[in-house]
Amino acid sequence: MSGERRSADVIVIGGGIHGCSTALHCAMRGMSVILIEKDHAGRHASGVNAGGVRQLARHVAEIPLSNASMALWHRIEDLVDDDCGFTSDGQVLVAEDEEDLGNCRARVAELTLRGFHHEELIDAAELRRLVPAVSDSCPGGVVSRRDGAAIPLRATQAFKRKAAELGAEIREGVRVTSVSRDGTNWRVGTDEGNFLSPRIVNAAGAWADRIAADLGEPVPLEVIAPMLMITAAMPAFIRPVVILRKRKLSFKQFRNGTVLIGGGYLGRAIRDENRTVLDWAKLATNAGTVWDLFPIMRAAPVVRAWAGIEARMPDDLPVFGRSAKHEGVYHQFGFSAHGFQLGPGAGAVMAEIIATGSSNVPIDGLGIARFAQPAACQRIASTTGEDR
Amino acid sequence: MNTIAEIGLLAEHYDIAVVGAGPAGLAAAARAAELGLSVLLADESPAPGGQIYRAITTTPVADRAVLGEDYWKGGALVARLERTEAAYAPGCTVWSVAPDEAGGFELGLSLNGKARLIAAAQIILATGAQERPFPIPGWTLPGVMTAGAAQIALKSSGLVPSGRTVIAGCGPLLYLLAGQLAAAGANIVAVLDTTPRRNWLAAIAAFPDFLRSPYLAKGLRLMTQARRKLPFRTGVTALAAEGADKVTAVKAQRGGASETIACETLLLHHGVIPGINLSNAAGCAQEFDPEQHCWTPEVDDWFASSIPGIAIAGDGAGIGGAESAALRGEMAALDAARRLGRFSEAERDRRAAPIRGALARSLRGRRFLDLLYRPAETFLAPPADETIVCRCEEITAGQIRDTASRLGVTGPNQMKAFLRCGMGPCQGRLCGPTVVELIAQAHGVSPAEVGYSRLRPPVKPITLAELAALPPTDAAVKAVVR
Repeated sequence: MSGERRSADVIVIGGGIHGCSTALHCAMRGMSVILIEKDHAGRHASGVNAGGVRQLARHVAEIPLSNASMALWHRIEDLVDDDCGFTSDGQVLVAEDEEDLGNCRARVAELTLRGFHHEELIDAAELRRLVPAVSDSCPGGVVSRRDGAAIPLRATQAFKRKAAELGAEIREGVRVTSVSRDGTNWRVGTDEGNFLSPRIVNAAGAWADRIAADLGEPVPLEVIAPMLMITAAMPAFIRPVVILRKRKLSFKQFRNGTVLIGGGYLGRAIRDENRTVLDWAKLATNAGTVWDLFPIMRAAPVVRAWAGIEARMPDDLPVFGRSAKHEGVYHQFGFSAHGFQLGPGAGAVMAEIIATGSSNVPIDGLGIARFAQPAACQRIASTTGEDR
Repeated sequence: MNTIAEIGLLAEHYDIAVVGAGPAGLAAAARAAELGLSVLLADESPAPGGQIYRAITTTPVADRAVLGEDYWKGGALVARLERTEAAYAPGCTVWSVAPDEAGGFELGLSLNGKARLIAAAQIILATGAQERPFPIPGWTLPGVMTAGAAQIALKSSGLVPSGRTVIAGCGPLLYLLAGQLAAAGANIVAVLDTTPRRNWLAAIAAFPDFLRSPYLAKGLRLMTQARRKLPFRTGVTALAAEGADKVTAVKAQRGGASETIACETLLLHHGVIPGINLSNAAGCAQEFDPEQHCWTPEVDDWFASSIPGIAIAGDGAGIGGAESAALRGEMAALDAARRLGRFSEAERDRRAAPIRGALARSLRGRRFLDLLYRPAETFLAPPADETIVCRCEEITAGQIRDTASRLGVTGPNQMKAFLRCGMGPCQGRLCGPTVVELIAQAHGVSPAEVGYSRLRPPVKPITLAELAALPPTDAAVKAVVR
């Protein structure tokens, strides 16, 4: 990391797991890469999320990408020389009542019709076998057995380290201030000068809308702050990650006994200050769900709560693929609080698209064109690049 | 004073919430209440006084000479608060302070196993100091404790350590405690002084100021008394606690020779540092103070933090001692009253003028002590790889050094993801400064460049049941009704 290189085959903006993974996979394909990150790799959503590595309950448009990614998770140490804390004990969606179970049944049937078999309907007995501590009232659910969890910051940094090892230049603490056209190149302006490349990847997470706007492709990105909390170590009582459908909950016990509780309740994000403010009333509701579902947890001490700063799109689906307007521009953001598992695979697919122009992994429905506005409303990149 | 015994008896809203009932908090709450503001003073302990005046109203230690005259000054601070209308909630933990959307603050509190959210327009954090972590080989053995813990037992319960007791470290509080414990009848077999001899070189420039300071007479008296009565050994450069399932001896290195002293209790202390967990978790900016060698919240002349509406008074914003803490509490209260529109800036300044003068006098000579008793590098960043640094997660100095250099980890926030140090229930109170020191050493940079952990609420654990039973606030109820 000499810090000298000013141009490369690809510039990746954003050092989350997506940016780092794309940088790694581009480097693996022999491209020269500069990754620019305003803080440090994994500082935001990629470093402080729940670490769920989940295919379960995903939108069908994401499933191919998720499948590609899961294959990489199961050989993650070969890929990045670090096991990333990945464990695979499955994820279970618990049905809280018969109606809920009916919905689970319909979902699994739909996936089967589409040729996806990773989700499996389970009855009360199998649910009890997988999650003995669950409240007796739950009649069954769905399991995705290859799912699991990893340690988010560790995983993101492993991708960064491996990318750097393969020659990618990682510039942390450098903030992108503008993106504009410069002949056949894109000029990426930063607080440490300009960088040039014929190809740029916008993987700027909760800040990606600013890059997109600079490129004349504004998107309705919402900045969110999903909250999580963790308890002191409890006796081991559950191995899979548990999620709910009707109420918001994601629940996981680490090997060291601590229990992570989330589910997508939102705090307040103050993205220009890298800060979040927690909403304790909502965390109380979150705790109440656990109180109902896992009586064993009632006396557990909650030792920390926090929120990350993430990007959410109106349809809860990422923006992934080529720019709808420009040659050499690629978008990879807006993962709407479920992008961690997708990181390894999305980076591989993105690098493939950059290198070869296409990928066998279908990404229909994820393009930025779905947010395109009438031409009159769009800003032109070359005239707005410098003025921010 | 209105003592709150049940969380339901708290008001929904206060003009000022003061956290901590040591000298700074007592003075701040009293002054604010005297100005006619509605005040809540929340404190974790069952009785007021903080650490320095701990159990001032309840201590069983009747012989005034044991704890010393300075201790009994705390009584006047409590008496003053008692004459006001302030609400005082003992045994009440403030586990979160965060800005609300109305420009004020939301506080999360727990009392008697019940949690609640209330609002306050202004916050004064008076959370005081904590002892600087003192990681040596064997410091996690039963029988090894901090000098401060021994002092708590003495003040609140009249207890002294039984059996052969060794006290090790440096700093004025160490000598004070040694004297107090000796007076109370403890069997102190050695005082191992780790003050680095070369510190005198740095400190000597600040000596003239010290000659005019209130510390001087007190300090000299402490030192001479302690030295006369107690078996002092100076120039100690390495320490290790020994024993299988409890401490049985301490091994000390002095000028090339090593000595093993049998003991049943080892008390460690090398100074105090600001307790920053609550201010850090609330988002207040902090900086590294090279002279006190610790992280300190950034505050202005009125002890206002980087977040408008949160002031940090007392040792929590830089170590200054009990007298200065009370004065800083007064100043913070005056400024909070000004912010609340009680009076103008000019009136605030007029009222504060005599306090400011006294404050300057009370801090005179402080720098000399900071420089003289600055702990040696070897006790800040333990050289032995096997020394445990993070007690909650049992992480050693060697693991931290290795992760910092091999994996290129540059800060304590990243270190958490690899080793979990600082992620246990103490939230880095016992390891945070040491982790920073070790990372700084590994990369050859200063602690300031490494930065400190972002701490998270709840700064003290609350149970899941407590959280789940959190009653809805007025604001939340209104939001639903609308």
